[in-house]
Amino acid sequence: MKLLVCISKTPDTTAKIAFNGDNTKLETAGITFIMNPYDEWYALVKAIEIQEKWGGSVSVLHVGPSENDSIIRKALAIGATDAYRIDTEAVSADQVAFQMASFIKQHAFDIIFTGKETIDYNGAEVGGRMAAQLNLPFISFASHLDIVAENEAIVKRDMEGGTETIQVNTPFVISAAKGMAEQRIPNMKGIMTAKSKPLNVVTPQEYSPKISIVSHELPPAKKAVQYIDPENMAELARLLREEAKVI
Amino acid sequence: MVLVFVETENGKVRKAALEAVYYGYLTAQKLGTSCEALLLGNAEDATSLGLYGATLVHQSDSISFNFFDTQVYSAAIAQAAKKLEASVVILSHSSNGKSLIGHIAYLLDAGSVSAAIDIPETDKGFSVRKGVYSSKALVNIEINTPIKVVSVLGNSLQISVIGSNVEVQPVALDVLQPGIKVLSVDKLQSNVTPLPEAERVVSGGRGLKGPENWGIVEELADVLHATTACSRPVSDADWRPHHEHVGQTGIAIRPNLYIAIGISGAIQHLAGVNNSKTIVVINKDPEAPFFKSANYGVVGDLFDVVPKLTAAIKNLNA
Repeated sequence: MKLLVCISKTPDTTAKIAFNGDNTKLETAGITFIMNPYDEWYALVKAIEIQEKWGGSVSVLHVGPSENDSIIRKALAIGATDAYRIDTEAVSADQVAFQMASFIKQHAFDIIFTGKETIDYNGAEVGGRMAAQLNLPFISFASHLDIVAENEAIVKRDMEGGTETIQVNTPFVISAAKGMAEQRIPNMKGIMTAKSKPLNVVTPQEYSPKISIVSHELPPAKKAVQYIDPENMAELARLLREEAKVI
Repeated sequence: MVLVFVETENGKVRKAALEAVYYGYLTAQKLGTSCEALLLGNAEDATSLGLYGATLVHQSDSISFNFFDTQVYSAAIAQAAKKLEASVVILSHSSNGKSLIGHIAYLLDAGSVSAAIDIPETDKGFSVRKGVYSSKALVNIEINTPIKVVSVLGNSLQISVIGSNVEVQPVALDVLQPGIKVLSVDKLQSNVTPLPEAERVVSGGRGLKGPENWGIVEELADVLHATTACSRPVSDADWRPHHEHVGQTGIAIRPNLYIAIGISGAIQHLAGVNNSKTIVVINKDPEAPFFKSANYGVVGDLFDVVPKLTAAIKNLNA
């Protein structure tokens, strides 16, 4: 099977977030960037598992400048076959989805994976936008994916208070959530071979983004915690009713 | 016109959909236009959408709507938006809404913002505020296209009744054949408010020591009419079902009240719950990082404290 995994670059989960002077951009000094965890742990590893069982290839696709190549090399070290980088800054979900779908249109992939969302803009929009542009089925928040025949998959999808089980034929777009696969750490052999795997640079299409960032702000500082005597839960109940007004 | 897509469950309008309608109403007020609702399939209480600001409910029914297929729903909603000349389309930021937003926006050639937490700013343009970096910051995003698509994060606004029942009117749409087949839908507890919609959440962590001890969590949740949740190690160990896991890899919630019992408060957990309006942390370790994010903290043995809190709330309610 020909599998494609779309990967994004995000600040590390533990990064301390601050913004530049006019609050339009993230202050990147001192921040470690990583592959978006859902793309890496679930989408990429699941695609590699399928390829190990069914053969074929796993390509990774990224929108970003060459400074992001280290993230792409990590995906190759974990086990992807080859990579494509669309050579432009990622500025919005609609722009990233448009660039990726325009590339995908020229190649025949059986399954196109994304993570369920990125941990920076938390939008969960890229998969749906690509599926619309490619006119393909889209299954979001998939926690299980089983290939049951060359062109047929059974997917479990998380929803409020339960799961849905879905049958779908390839090609389709799927966004991966926890449960799909277990994180893999690249080994030394993987890291060495990743250096010689193809990383193709793709010229971006003309596109003007449909949104723009006006400003960022940090949430208001939280008041210091108010400690309640563990022997006096009546006091906590009273505060929740009279002060916080939540019960 | 502002068009709100209304999600249903078991033949009734979902709570998240009422919030979306009220959000649509407030947005329409700002834009000096009307708010109308779109229902795909059936809901016995559809006329009541007028109570929260819809002036009309458009309804289309088809067997294709019996199960959720992103392509089928997106195509129908985009088609209705074009036909009814909507300038803004509002969705709930639910599991289905998250699937739909990008898809619909593409079909409408629209800019979109998901998980909005405030009514759009419309004084100059149309900008929407949402949480980013897993709720460590907020962003205001300007949508630059004639049609705008916005999804509303659950519990972002307090809804109130502002109107009366309205008419449900059929709208003719060309409905696609599903491209996927839903084989089964497994809902574990249908009588409990789903986590993303819950106003009160009681959550347990490793401090509970084992699944057999969850009774005290459930009893507290019961007296509060709260939904139960858990931390990642708890769902990883299968002490609790996966769909109860809140945090970065689980689901992100913003209830009015979040009570964390025996959860230390790792940054990945906080990413999913930090937006809760009031946070209570019960932990025997005074150094637990969660206390820094709490409004109320109780340093003590949860097996002793939690039943006392349950009894105190019972007393208060009596």
